Amino acid sequence: MTLWNIVLLASVAVLALKLAGYFVPESFLEKPTPSRVANLLTVALLAALIGVQTFASGQAVVIDARLPAVLLAGVLFALRVPFIIVLIAAAGTAALLRFFFPGM
Amino acid sequence: MSAADPADGIAIRASLSVGIAVSAYGLSFGALSVASGLDIWQTSVLSLLMFSGGSQFALIGVIAAGGAAAGPAAIGAATLLGARNTLYAIRMSPVIGPGWLKRFLAGWITIDESTAVSISQSSLRSQRIGFWMTGLIIFVGWNLTTLLGAFLGDLLGDVRQYGLDAAAAAAFLGLLWPRLRALQPVVVAVAAAVVATVLTPWLPPGLPILAAASVAVIVGLADWWGRDRS
Repeated sequence: MTLWNIVLLASVAVLALKLAGYFVPESFLEKPTPSRVANLLTVALLAALIGVQTFASGQAVVIDARLPAVLLAGVLFALRVPFIIVLIAAAGTAALLRFFFPGM
Repeated sequence: MSAADPADGIAIRASLSVGIAVSAYGLSFGALSVASGLDIWQTSVLSLLMFSGGSQFALIGVIAAGGAAAGPAAIGAATLLGARNTLYAIRMSPVIGPGWLKRFLAGWITIDESTAVSISQSSLRSQRIGFWMTGLIIFVGWNLTTLLGAFLGDLLGDVRQYGLDAAAAAAFLGLLWPRLRALQPVVVAVAAAVVATVLTPWLPPGLPILAAASVAVIVGLADWWGRDRS
């Protein structure tokens, strides 16, 4: 599978899911179970991505400069700081830690 | 209902502020995508065609860890994360109204932000303004900043040095944060993060994320820790 195959297949699948919503009967949403599972699926995938993006280095699990950066981001989100500023603060924290402690 | 309807002004202001803030965040997507091994054109196709931030970041996150060999897991993670857009589309369907071409274009720009701005408006007219304006501003802005970010990423080299890997994790946290308002999603989030992290050394890249998705399916079907069953 080439990178182009991956990019195009995934893009078409995501686009098709959006379009499908305009062509399925509305009663689907009134059933609580599919709607609840879809919402929880979003939560689980985002949380899994946070875990992997924070701790994984290849297939190893490590604690490095990313963890303090993500913890700071959590505090800033709780304080309702705007999204883009939180991202800059998180990147800056990790960058500074790595500058002073190479290898983190 | 006139052009000077105050509800229109509220919808326009919300569209502008949300649209511009989200567009800025395309810079980090572009830079990280190039760092993950995709070229500038592949990065741009994702923003044009997939056009769903969470799915795009999920795809490049898995590719960054596992390369093209992790393709099926990358496609799986991006697609499952895109499933929420189907719910948004069902929700927006009566607001958009009839017409195949209009519904097709609406589908393309049905994302977290266009739906959120639209449903928080008071009249049908301002809901329509909110949806189309937010969606179109982000579509144009996100694609431009993606391209700019991809060129910058090419120049930056090692993105870890600038902490962009930590920014990606923070971006996922920002998308998750507004969803943690009840016990059930909090339990699912913690369990999914633990499952994915613990499985990382044992499964090829990408699969731990898909395995964690099963937490949502199990808890969702059984409705454990649910507040209500309506």
